[in-house]
Amino acid sequence: MLMQLQGRALALLNKIAGAQWPDRLRLRKPIERWLYQGSKTSFSLMTQRGGQSRPRPASSANPSGLFDLTLSEDQRLLQDTLQQVAAELLRPAAADADHNARCPAELRASLAELGLTHYGVPQAHGGLADDAACVTGALLTETLAHGDVSLALVSLQGLSVANLLRRFATASAQAQWLPALLTENAPQIALALAEQQVLADPHRLRCRAERKGKGYVLSGSKAMLVGGAEASHLIVSAYADGEPALFIVERNSAGVSCRAQPAMGLKGAALAQVQLTKVRVPQAARLTDQHFAYQQLLDVLALGGCALAVGVAQAALDYVIPYVNDRHAFGEPISHRQGVAFPVANMAIELEGVRLLLWRACARIDQQQSFTREAYLARLQAEDKLMRIASDAVQLLGGHGFTQEHPVERWYRDVRGFAVLANSLVL
Amino acid sequence: MINLETPRKFRGLIAQARQVAGQYYRPISRKYDLAEHDYPKELDMLAALLDGMNAGSPESAGARTSKRQSSEHEEGVRNGSNLSTCLGIMELCWGDVGLLLAMPRQGLGNAAIAAVANDEQLKRFDGIWAAMAITEPDCGSDSAAIRTTAVRDGDHYVLNGEKIFVTSGARAGAVVVWATLDKGLGRAAIKSFVVEHGTPGMEVTRLEKKLGIKASDTAAIRFSDCRVPAENLLGNPEVDVAKGFAGVMETFDNTRPMVAAMAVGLAKASLDRARELLQDHCALDYRKPLLSVSHAEAQLYQLEAEWEASRLLTLKAAWMADNRLPNSKEASMAKAKAGRMATDVALKCVELCGLSGYGEDELLEKWARDAKILDIFEGTQQVQLLIVARRLLGKSSKELK
Ligand SMILES: Cc1cc2nc3c(=O)[nH]c(=O)nc-3n(C[C@H](O)[C@H](O)[C@H](O)COP(=O)(O)OP(=O)(O)OC[C@H]3O[C@@H](n4cnc5c(N)ncnc54)[C@H](O)[C@@H]3O)c2cc1C
Repeated sequence: MLMQLQGRALALLNKIAGAQWPDRLRLRKPIERWLYQGSKTSFSLMTQRGGQSRPRPASSANPSGLFDLTLSEDQRLLQDTLQQVAAELLRPAAADADHNARCPAELRASLAELGLTHYGVPQAHGGLADDAACVTGALLTETLAHGDVSLALVSLQGLSVANLLRRFATASAQAQWLPALLTENAPQIALALAEQQVLADPHRLRCRAERKGKGYVLSGSKAMLVGGAEASHLIVSAYADGEPALFIVERNSAGVSCRAQPAMGLKGAALAQVQLTKVRVPQAARLTDQHFAYQQLLDVLALGGCALAVGVAQAALDYVIPYVNDRHAFGEPISHRQGVAFPVANMAIELEGVRLLLWRACARIDQQQSFTREAYLARLQAEDKLMRIASDAVQLLGGHGFTQEHPVERWYRDVRGFAVLANSLVL
Repeated sequence: MINLETPRKFRGLIAQARQVAGQYYRPISRKYDLAEHDYPKELDMLAALLDGMNAGSPESAGARTSKRQSSEHEEGVRNGSNLSTCLGIMELCWGDVGLLLAMPRQGLGNAAIAAVANDEQLKRFDGIWAAMAITEPDCGSDSAAIRTTAVRDGDHYVLNGEKIFVTSGARAGAVVVWATLDKGLGRAAIKSFVVEHGTPGMEVTRLEKKLGIKASDTAAIRFSDCRVPAENLLGNPEVDVAKGFAGVMETFDNTRPMVAAMAVGLAKASLDRARELLQDHCALDYRKPLLSVSHAEAQLYQLEAEWEASRLLTLKAAWMADNRLPNSKEASMAKAKAGRMATDVALKCVELCGLSGYGEDELLEKWARDAKILDIFEGTQQVQLLIVARRLLGKSSKELK
């Protein structure tokens, strides 16, 4: 086991060591530091547990129970590294991705080399997920979304699927799919969960799976999924035997049709609609059993949306501050006026409030406590406050904010897609 | 290790404070709302009890026990008196903000003394009940513009000027007064003095009638050639133009999270009661999408989300103080958000409960009146936003006025 884990880290290191882009972007040093730390920690974790890979009980995750907002050494390094990835890899590619409505293949490959999927795969299956996985996931999601939310979504699909399988799939489904996610030619799995109906209620899915022989027949339609066009597989939510269930479906199965579904924003994520017409799948395609905690899936999806939108809102705040200091009107920087300065203050206040709600919910997940209430409240504040932040960002740039010379108009369009964000990423 | 749960070691304190709030404050809440300026004598016994508990345990439910950080270093993360004080206040203000403000020996002046007094002064003023007098008729938000003067005369300072809106100004044993040694030197010359009641030349001239927190007295005090012993000047008597205002302003970094905590406690009282009154109509299970619930349910959810965000911002600011991280910005962020949240929540709860919310049979209308002060004292909403904006934008108070 120990050997295997080290082997994993080495393989990951090797892959990045061979890649060109870290040098081009002066990212090699931070990435090396991060990998070193990552393998060191998981190594010491393993020795502590004498090679056992069972997660530590909740109590030991925070033995003192103290209120604490300090990131672990691991988390800080990961954040440092991904901040640079976001700034040097994602942000420069964001405008084109928005314009062309896709993430360039080369960028996709570079992002895959980061190996973020490891953070969602349990150590037993060769990954690095630990008992702070959800908080870590929220952090890295926010950090990447600061570069660009669409590209972050694309880069985090593997992690998201790993998280979904780890948290909700049956042991056999995990064994079948999780190790595969870490391989060179990992399946490209897209989440197909949201349905397009007004006043959509995820507890009233329209998509159905009827038992037939030894398998199921799936029918229904799913909207605004990320990476649908490029996917090899889809994970579809549907009612089966009267309860919600998840199925994995090959994208080119008979009866699956997919079309681009462009929207107001999130264009770089190449949103797609999928139609399932009497799609036959085997019994093994059902990833969940009767113990499936569907509500919890909805909750972690909402938190994924929060983390993504927090990243965008932070980007907006960081963009606005130097702008309003440099921009002059009426003989002084516009930031000298309260009509400008106060919205900036409020952006920071509300953003921090949402981030703390998000962290609380995620930390509760890591501690194996209930989190439905916390996720719900985080979502409410996120949807309301973060949209306001993106809107104020455009406002504070005036007419310039309305043009595509600045990214704020894109962030305005992206954050309005909260309903998509909250169906696209499992933390 | 990120954790935003209430630390286990404070659970006892919180339960204790909740008992006080529910069993002691609530039953007399309306009585002293109606009898403005009557002294809530029930508090004496409670204060004695709290003093005892404070003496018995370092982290008990006192409202204003925020002590100066001890200089000894401890390993790792700290959950100390700032956090425990805020948690205690939240519970007590679930009971009654006005009564908490009226608590003997828990005055804002006590917080100032705890924050800036030297060891000798700490000892000498131990057990005193001190109010805080900064505001003057012509200066509130702009506290650097105060006009009360202090002139050195032998072993004394001679104070002249008028202070208003002094919480517990008539009841406390002493008042911490801000006065300037030299109007020409601006902020740096402002010092604080402990002036004990009974000092000749100090006179309470009036008590305000107010919108809310009527259990707490709000006094105007005149100082006419009031001679105060020189050793009652808190902190450094030198005028250090470089360090300037920092000394006296530091207190706010600790007291603003406390006022935010008051707002959190009060809002929780309103929310809890509104939910009780609406329980047959609103089933809150945090599962249905907001778009599909009734309007009243949606409102309750939204208010709770605002409340929870404010609560976490407050705990963060207090946690930073406990861990000696500079927290001026975060203290003001918490105060800004919690201050406006409390008013919004309390007013909305009155609205949600209709005529029941408005009538004096319930305390909802009282809480909606009490709430407003929390967005005004210890720096108004706008003043907090100024502080936050200046920090974010790197602006001085001259540039961003
Ligand atoms: C019940 C009560 C108890 C109090 N207790 C105490 C106490 O114990 N000790 C004490 O010293 N004081 C106390 N105060 C005073 C309180 O702190 C002040 O009232 C408060 O700081 C505001 O000052 P002000 O009333 O002079 O308002 P002003 O300063 O006149 O402000 C009026 C309005 O203008 C806004 N404003 C002012 N300046 C700016 C600016 N630069 N930019 C934007 N807006 C601005 C303010 O936000 C406010 O909305 C108390 C007040 C009350 C009502």
